[in-house]
Amino acid sequence: MKTWVSGHRVLVGVAAIVLLVLGGGGYVAWTAVKQPAVTENAPTPVAGDVMYIDLDGGQDRVTTRAADGQRTVSALRCQRFYRSGKTSVCLRLAGPGPAYEAAVMTNDNTVVKTVPLPGIPSRARVSASGDIVSWTSFVTGDSYAVPGGFSTRTGFFDLRSGEVTESIEHFDATVNNRPMKAADVNYWGITVASDDRTFYATLASGGLNWLVKGDLKARTVRGVRQNAECPSLSPDGTKVAYKKRPTPLDKWSLVVLDLGTNRETTLPGTAGIDDQAAWIDQHTLAFGMAKQEQRTAVYFVPADGSTAARPEIDNAASPVSVK
Amino acid sequence: MYVASTRSPGRTPRVSGRLPGTVFALGTVSLLTDISAEMVTAFLPVYLIYTLQMSYVQFGLLDGLYTGATAILRLVGGYVSDRTSRPKRVALVGYGLSAVTKLVFPLAGTSGAGIGGVLAVDRAGKGIRTAPRDALISLATPPDQLGAAFGVHRAMDTVGALLGPLLTFLILYQLGSAAGPVFVVSFVFAAIGIVVLLTFVRERGGRVQRKRVSPKAGLGLLRDAKFRRATIAAALLGLVTISDAFVFVVLQKVSDIPVGFLPLLPLGTAAVFLLAAAPIGRMADRLGRWKVFFAGHVLLLVTYAMLLVPGGGFTAMAVALAAHGLFYACTDGVLSAYASGFVPAGLRATGLATIQTGQALTRMVSSVVFGVMLAAMAMSTAVVALAAVLVVALVVVAFLVRSA
Repeated sequence: MKTWVSGHRVLVGVAAIVLLVLGGGGYVAWTAVKQPAVTENAPTPVAGDVMYIDLDGGQDRVTTRAADGQRTVSALRCQRFYRSGKTSVCLRLAGPGPAYEAAVMTNDNTVVKTVPLPGIPSRARVSASGDIVSWTSFVTGDSYAVPGGFSTRTGFFDLRSGEVTESIEHFDATVNNRPMKAADVNYWGITVASDDRTFYATLASGGLNWLVKGDLKARTVRGVRQNAECPSLSPDGTKVAYKKRPTPLDKWSLVVLDLGTNRETTLPGTAGIDDQAAWIDQHTLAFGMAKQEQRTAVYFVPADGSTAARPEIDNAASPVSVK
Repeated sequence: MYVASTRSPGRTPRVSGRLPGTVFALGTVSLLTDISAEMVTAFLPVYLIYTLQMSYVQFGLLDGLYTGATAILRLVGGYVSDRTSRPKRVALVGYGLSAVTKLVFPLAGTSGAGIGGVLAVDRAGKGIRTAPRDALISLATPPDQLGAAFGVHRAMDTVGALLGPLLTFLILYQLGSAAGPVFVVSFVFAAIGIVVLLTFVRERGGRVQRKRVSPKAGLGLLRDAKFRRATIAAALLGLVTISDAFVFVVLQKVSDIPVGFLPLLPLGTAAVFLLAAAPIGRMADRLGRWKVFFAGHVLLLVTYAMLLVPGGGFTAMAVALAAHGLFYACTDGVLSAYASGFVPAGLRATGLATIQTGQALTRMVSSVVFGVMLAAMAMSTAVVALAAVLVVALVVVAFLVRSA
């Protein structure tokens, strides 16, 4: 046998290559065939519905769960999705690279604007009125492989003026009453208030990060407090939810800050979160997180921390409530 | 017979001859393996962030650590392949480890330790195979064609690096972000690479010294003045070579090109490298490999200079990327070709591993330091400091080599 193999080395090699190609090709074809179906004649989402990205089968389709639990799957595929007022935003694959884009759409998924992203989609938000769409992307995945190479770009689109701000990194920043001029300033996770002008975001530099409050028109930001990431302003504008960890070696937890009293409440059962939480209503927050070791889920948690977060929708991400 | 590439002065050596089939076979192995590796690199952020909802930032830090740790494994891979006189087998172990991890990734689920472990094994495989593979190329090639051989190999390698992300995109676009297809297709390419290595790469055992190599002999290499100088010079220049990611991020900001072009900048460097690697390798055979290696770092200075032209737009971008790609073409394969020219055949893998490891480790240090500099000062100040240190390093290296 051994001598036969060494005598027919090339033949054996070619046969092995053919088998590998057939096996791999067969597997890919099989996955292509068993793709989940899109719901025909899906009803328009109504207030009270929860929309999310369904991760089952890897199709990443935007799915709507009605109050009665009925689920409808749309044709829209996104890595991140959010909607508010008359506007939806879908961060999605756009071309080889792989390259990504932010697609700004009306609520019936008609695209009104696409903005190419400099990296991998991370966060997406729409202001309550639907006029300001904002996003964050990670710049070149491989820069992570370099210590100190972590970089994000955060931009926004104003539907009223039609103007795109690709990155807010040139905004005048003041932290601890001192102007922040470092070259490694990064922003992530914008949340815009009801005046469509005031916003909160995370500013990071030199391994530290701050919750900052800013002004989209004046192009300024000012530090509010240290160690708070991916803020999310409550519908009434009185609270900010963000992820926080004591040191970079700890896990993040979801924390709610009362802007009136400046008191923080850590929400139980949220350790391990890495998401910008979404307010389902004035009392409930939703976010995506890994569930045990093998699955992921959208979790719901009361904003007052009265009970622990519970998995609400399995294999899902990017939750948003229809208001 | 091929002990050192001593050339009679005044006579241009013949470099028109065909390269040995082993070079193309190993180039094909690297092409296939790079398709496999780059498919996963392009997919990993998507997989970790969306599918597993994991924090990717800590992974980057871990990955950086692993890359450093496997630089040491490269030395081990090099030494074992010299010691056993079986570079092909050692390379096979490295390629095999990386191939197997492609199938293990989905099994790790969302366990941070699991994914970290798989990633570590993948990187270990890369560390182990590099030196024996370069030794195989150098031992199969006549000494006057080493530059061309390494150039062709690196060009084929880069074709794979360009195709991998493209395949990942096609799969994501057609089949969605499920982990199965990407990892299975990646495994198939890696496995075909191994079959090609087994079937078409011949070890020229007869040429390699049969004498057992001791660790002492490996260390003895550093007593050779020429080898020591090359190692120190490569490490010194590595110290002023910041990672590509920094070059692209700073270039986009300073030149003021739209931020959407950022993902395309690495393609520019890769395309220039791909086209120039073989011709420049051939040129290095004719003009002198060390000269070309040195000139490559002068081109790096051009890239850094472009990082200082505010609002330079697409012109500055094109000049910077062309110089950056040529820098790689002048240095990546050429350094291995240069060292292969005088490191004894029996210690070839150990010698190549030593030079490459020194360079890789100092490049990592430079990126960490540059990251700290960006945090502490304005970008232009950081780049000016970097360029100034590169000039000093070039002068020191020029003296170091001239003193020979």
